[in-house]
Amino acid sequence: MSLLEKARTAASKPPAAAREPRVTDEHGRHVRVWELTLRYLLLLAVLALTVGPFLWQLSTSLKGPTEDIFSSPPKFLPGEPTLHNYERVADTIPVWDYALNSLKVATANVVTNCVGAALAGYALARLRYRGRRAATLAFILAMLVPVEGIIIAQFTTMRELGLNNTLVGVVLPGSISALNVLLMRNAFLNLPYEIEEAAYVDGANVWQRFLRIALPSVKGTVAVVAIFAFMGAWDDFLWPLIVLSDPSKFTLTIGLNYLHGTFANDERLVAAGTIIAVAPLIALFACLQRYFFRGVGEGAVKG
Amino acid sequence: MRRQLPTSPWLFAAPGMLIIGVFILYPFVSTLVNAFTDRRTLIPGEFVGLANFRELVQDDMFWIGLRNSTLYVLGVVPALVILPLLLALLVQKNIPGITFFRSAFYTPVVASIVVVGLIWVWLLDERGLVNALLEAIGVGRVGFLSDQWLLLLSAMAVTVWKGLGYYMIIYLAALANVPRELHEAAAVDGAGAIRRFRTVTVPAVRSTMVLVGALSSVAAFKVFSEVYLMAGPTGGPAGEDTTLVMLVQRTGTGLTGRVGYASAISVVVFVVTVALMLLVLRADRREES
Repeated sequence: MSLLEKARTAASKPPAAAREPRVTDEHGRHVRVWELTLRYLLLLAVLALTVGPFLWQLSTSLKGPTEDIFSSPPKFLPGEPTLHNYERVADTIPVWDYALNSLKVATANVVTNCVGAALAGYALARLRYRGRRAATLAFILAMLVPVEGIIIAQFTTMRELGLNNTLVGVVLPGSISALNVLLMRNAFLNLPYEIEEAAYVDGANVWQRFLRIALPSVKGTVAVVAIFAFMGAWDDFLWPLIVLSDPSKFTLTIGLNYLHGTFANDERLVAAGTIIAVAPLIALFACLQRYFFRGVGEGAVKG
Repeated sequence: MRRQLPTSPWLFAAPGMLIIGVFILYPFVSTLVNAFTDRRTLIPGEFVGLANFRELVQDDMFWIGLRNSTLYVLGVVPALVILPLLLALLVQKNIPGITFFRSAFYTPVVASIVVVGLIWVWLLDERGLVNALLEAIGVGRVGFLSDQWLLLLSAMAVTVWKGLGYYMIIYLAALANVPRELHEAAAVDGAGAIRRFRTVTVPAVRSTMVLVGALSSVAAFKVFSEVYLMAGPTGGPAGEDTTLVMLVQRTGTGLTGRVGYASAISVVVFVVTVALMLLVLRADRREES
């Protein structure tokens, strides 16, 4: 568990946000101008490398059928921006149905993970019962199992349950992840015990203590679990690829893979498809950055 | 805390226990069992002893997969241990606009690997942006996605590109814990930036580097999506870019899937994954002493 602890201590100190706009280094000294210039030049270079590819994809998706997308030197901005390619994606594959499937899967994953992990985490952290240590160990073991190694067995299990090729089958294996359970357990363990004890003395039963006292105090961790559950389900590829075979049930990632496999030479079309798939998550990230960053440290074990 | 119904702790834990029991722990055990059977998707199969492993040793595709997954670890891990640390140092100072840069550098982490893979397939295309730029500066076009080795290298680059922001955030948290006095003392002693990086920064974030090394090596060995998308489902020219997990997916799925044989490959994935973790943690301990 040392890894989880390391990750957690790393997470307990969130990356220092720019609170003061003064141009000083981390020691509070002034930064020399040439050094600052060099820094910004490097930052812009990395920016071009990390965000540039997304913008190039966006640009390609907006270029019309008559515009040359292969020119050298390249043309970075579309001459006459058009949404034509987005209409074509919708004509080629049922992209909005796929988006809806992805949304269903991601939403279900958020709900099951938040509820299931909070309940189980509370049981592991606060409740006394025989077998608690064994239960904790089971979750730790489950967290360490590399999912890529058990997908075939997961698939045969799904077949036995008759759930292969369904969206329920896509959600179930990760619906309450062991990592999230352990994250919630640690969050509950870090709460002071006295308040719950006082509530207990006042006659609150276990559900009341859980719902009214413990849960509201770990809202931040619940938010982290929710966001990573959403992102994980929305972005997942290998498992839906294996469990879904019927094109009408595809999620966006599998639909994109299909689009790429069938229309690989239509770059504008594929570009429009990828933008549809990535835009919602970038919007989500823009709104909830804090929790994304916080989750990195807490979820580092997920790798 | 005795005022709880005797059944309630189990009610709390039950949904989680059920899910990990049925969908993680049971499949894990059944993978270990299936590895010694000739089970297929539609045929229960029988116990065959070590036959799968004997076949594995003679299977060229298995060795190709093992080679590629191992090369992936060797290529990706050093880059993912060092580059995000440098990036974290770059965005550490609170200069105007730095939060924007931090967020922007994190964008590839948020995007699905499918989106990322397809973006780079187009960028590295024979007629794509990278080749257009290379041609414009007179280097000429490079077949990034047609040559077996360049393909693997390109996929590694994409893995590194997608992982940079993630590990950068981990390093940022670690760097915030480095006592500033150390840097100041070293600076007073006349140590330059590179010297200070080696003698102050690296020792201070060493445990984080080990963590990143462990996480990224396990993830790199299990690589699937990047190579699947860039080299195609069959793994590039003559399947030479197949990775182990791609081989598991290819042999184990479908109506004729060889579940037993795919499970034997999975067992190899387990063993190497555990070995990698132990190796990294042991290297950590040796350096400490």
